[in-house]
Amino acid sequence: MLGYLNQDLSARARAGTSEVHGTSAPLAALSGSLEKIDRRRFLQLTGLAGAFAVALRVLPAEAMQTYPTGGDAMPHGTVADPHVFVAIAEDGTVTIVAHRAEMGTGSRTSLPMVVADEMEADWSRVKVVQAPGDEPRYGNQDTDGSRSLRHFLQPMRQCGAAMRTMLEAAAAEEWGVDPGQVKAENHEVVHLGDSSRRLGYGALAKAAMAHPVPALDSLAFKEEADFRYIGKGEVGMVDLHDITTGKAVYGADVQLPGMKYAVVARPPVVGGTVKSFDAAQTLQVPGVSGVVEIEGSLPPAKFAPLGGIAVVADNTWTALQGREALQIEWDDGPHGGYDSAAFRAEMSETAKRPGKPLRKQGDPDATFAAAARVVSAEYYQPHMIHTPMEPPVAVAHVTADKAEVWAPVQSPYGTREDLAALLHLPIEAVTVHVTLLGGGFGRKSKCDYVLEAALVSKAVGAPVKLQWSREDDVRHGFYHTASVERIEAALDAEDRVTGWRHRSVAPSILSTFAPDSGYQFPIEQGMGLVDMPFDIANIACENGQAMAHTRIGWFRAVSNVPRAFAVQSFVGELAHELGRDPKDMLLELIGPARVINPKAAGMPEDFWNYGEPYEEFPIDTGRLRGVVELAAEKAGWGRSLPEGEGLGIAAHRSFVSYVATVVRVKVSADGAISVPEVHTAIDCGFCANPERVESQIQGAAVMGMTLALHSAITYAEGRVEQSNFFDYEMAGMSSYPEKVGVHIVPQPFSVHASGVGEPGVPPFAPALGNAIFAATGKRLRDLPFGATVD
Amino acid sequence: MINLTVNGEARSHEGDPSMPLLWYLRDTLGLTGAKYGCGVGLCGACTVHLEGEAVQSCLITLADASDKAVVTIEGLDPAGEHPVQQAWRTLNVPQCGFCQTGQIMQAAALVAMNPAADDGEITEAMSGNICRCGCYQRIHAAVRQVVEGA
Repeated sequence: MLGYLNQDLSARARAGTSEVHGTSAPLAALSGSLEKIDRRRFLQLTGLAGAFAVALRVLPAEAMQTYPTGGDAMPHGTVADPHVFVAIAEDGTVTIVAHRAEMGTGSRTSLPMVVADEMEADWSRVKVVQAPGDEPRYGNQDTDGSRSLRHFLQPMRQCGAAMRTMLEAAAAEEWGVDPGQVKAENHEVVHLGDSSRRLGYGALAKAAMAHPVPALDSLAFKEEADFRYIGKGEVGMVDLHDITTGKAVYGADVQLPGMKYAVVARPPVVGGTVKSFDAAQTLQVPGVSGVVEIEGSLPPAKFAPLGGIAVVADNTWTALQGREALQIEWDDGPHGGYDSAAFRAEMSETAKRPGKPLRKQGDPDATFAAAARVVSAEYYQPHMIHTPMEPPVAVAHVTADKAEVWAPVQSPYGTREDLAALLHLPIEAVTVHVTLLGGGFGRKSKCDYVLEAALVSKAVGAPVKLQWSREDDVRHGFYHTASVERIEAALDAEDRVTGWRHRSVAPSILSTFAPDSGYQFPIEQGMGLVDMPFDIANIACENGQAMAHTRIGWFRAVSNVPRAFAVQSFVGELAHELGRDPKDMLLELIGPARVINPKAAGMPEDFWNYGEPYEEFPIDTGRLRGVVELAAEKAGWGRSLPEGEGLGIAAHRSFVSYVATVVRVKVSADGAISVPEVHTAIDCGFCANPERVESQIQGAAVMGMTLALHSAITYAEGRVEQSNFFDYEMAGMSSYPEKVGVHIVPQPFSVHASGVGEPGVPPFAPALGNAIFAATGKRLRDLPFGATVD
Repeated sequence: MINLTVNGEARSHEGDPSMPLLWYLRDTLGLTGAKYGCGVGLCGACTVHLEGEAVQSCLITLADASDKAVVTIEGLDPAGEHPVQQAWRTLNVPQCGFCQTGQIMQAAALVAMNPAADDGEITEAMSGNICRCGCYQRIHAAVRQVVEGA
């Protein structure tokens, strides 16, 4: 079954190309698509034995500074070899490779900074260079899932420590002394017995690099107290100067000699095709050099282009003009009837019926049957789209025997693999240069725009920059799923919560990769549904069927957004129903500090813990309680507020981090919503770069505000109804949460670094909804709320 | 033939006069500091100075710019040390950075015209510039720092 499924997928993924040369060897197709599916994004279900072992590892006092993470199970795992990541010039300049894409989280600064600190390099003498897509060399490069620091903090420390040890060994050799007699210190090695003897890193470079890389268990790591940069938050972003002077190079900024510019007219409905087209007027636009038809694809087609007609010209403006002049008749295909309002009604009906059981703890059916009363509510989130400020764009130069691209991509090696498959080139013949990303949020994990650029370049025999307009971005993306989340609570005669039932109904991301079953897969189930941490005796989590009618993809924080919205809004509803303080209600539901045993809690056998070994990254309700208490304290929970204002609280564990947010809302007499103050507490384990964590959490509040008030992609007749920032609005300078206080729970290195880029987003919308309820008594269950409360 | 100056240099353009200044700067002159974000004047990523005023270069045609002086982020300060640029760096404003050149050009025009701008005036002046990463708090603080330091 799996073999069939994957072969089918592989063929479909290739169907977007303009030519398909016969059939590939089945084995190659299978392994290629296994890479695409299992290896890129999907859980290896077989690797889960032991996931339920719940024993907190006790670290030895000296802390070996190494611990297992899900990084080892990612494609190409992790690499810590200084020969791969570090080069030292004779003048002492240390060059460190950043192998993860930079889209605003700061990992391009933070990971090299970790290497520099551990190797005792002076940051002012460090240069950072960006790795091309080459996972066999650098380890996994999929920059998504809030994994960069989580998976590479330790390997980068190891890399730095190994480099330092090699430099020390080279100096000891030079001086003919025992390595124990020398010490690396701020870009030079000192002889401890005679501090006048010093050798700079430049002088030692050649000999040091010739030394074998020491084994992990022979390395000595710096004490946390001795860090120069790690944990301080005082290192500015490596690109800060270039960004502020316009020199930073994003995908859109790449220019090659002889480069052409292209835009694509894509089918308005996913799976649609060109019935006929007339480019006569287009070809009359001065500066248009031609049009290229790109074959379409019907999901599941992974990241294959949607198809359409590319217009190639001397500059972007002319290409856009040429596209305007195209006459195209489309065949809408099977999704031409997609209507998101009708679909919502269907999902709502589905959520009223029992779904596929995913988690069962205790006896929920009997509990609900015996309940004194049942409280229930349904929450809705429509589709959303990422709209990174830099719309998708790529530059490609494809010739008969090689392909070179420059692109803002979150997964450069996945892009390279897809290019090789599309162009029928060996992977060695494909180069993917990674530019800065003008925002990503998950959109730039999907390389359809790079594949389009490559096809057009190949067709016209010249380098091509393929630019998506903002309208293209809004209408032809990979959409955050639409979902109905229905929650019911059973209360006994003493108003105790004895049962919890959560039914989630939403099209699955899996539908982009495999024939659609209408059911969610473990990754989606694990994002706030089956991992619900409340201390309730009887729990049922179910998933109702919902078929996808557009391309579904991951968006910052993914399913956690609707789940946190539903669960945390519902906590507010229960508090109101029971006359309790919402924060007390939340803490009571979370229950005592404990590590949850997934098996005892009835979680699924294939429970997905963000790909992390459970014993290393368990669900720890003590940490969840900790962020609730911290955010509440900083926000002055319980204080009285003026008329029209209210505080709301929400907490959520995602990407193995714990976040709680308190929003203070102000609702004016005419109903306008504003947020003067937010306090967010985050426990992300050891924090390598607190300054970037703060900026991520501040930004998450803004994205949270945008999605809570504005974000809705709707469909009529299969077509996205929005097109640009006037009908897909963003929070701006006059409407953003004015003051976001970020409170980071300090943790030692032994508390593993966990996700930061995404977990700030989910708690915001429910905290805002709860605050609006506190201010007005109106409960908002449908996202987006709109800018005013009616 | 359209003549204009860009960052002090005389330029002339013989093509389509309706071409937006943005694409002329980016594709023809290779000045990629002004960014394309929406193409319809809603996001401010393409902000440059036209005769000293902040404008969205996606909405300004080359005909509009005829005989006028355009300054882009590349020409804001020869060393990149305009007070607004400095404040941006002091406060580590950017995340992805893509919209920041537009934000900086907008802020630079504001502080030139209204060196004592108050909080409300800063908010109003910057309200046409979208940052999807959500750096507004720091953008506002950076502009205020420039105003207070002036």
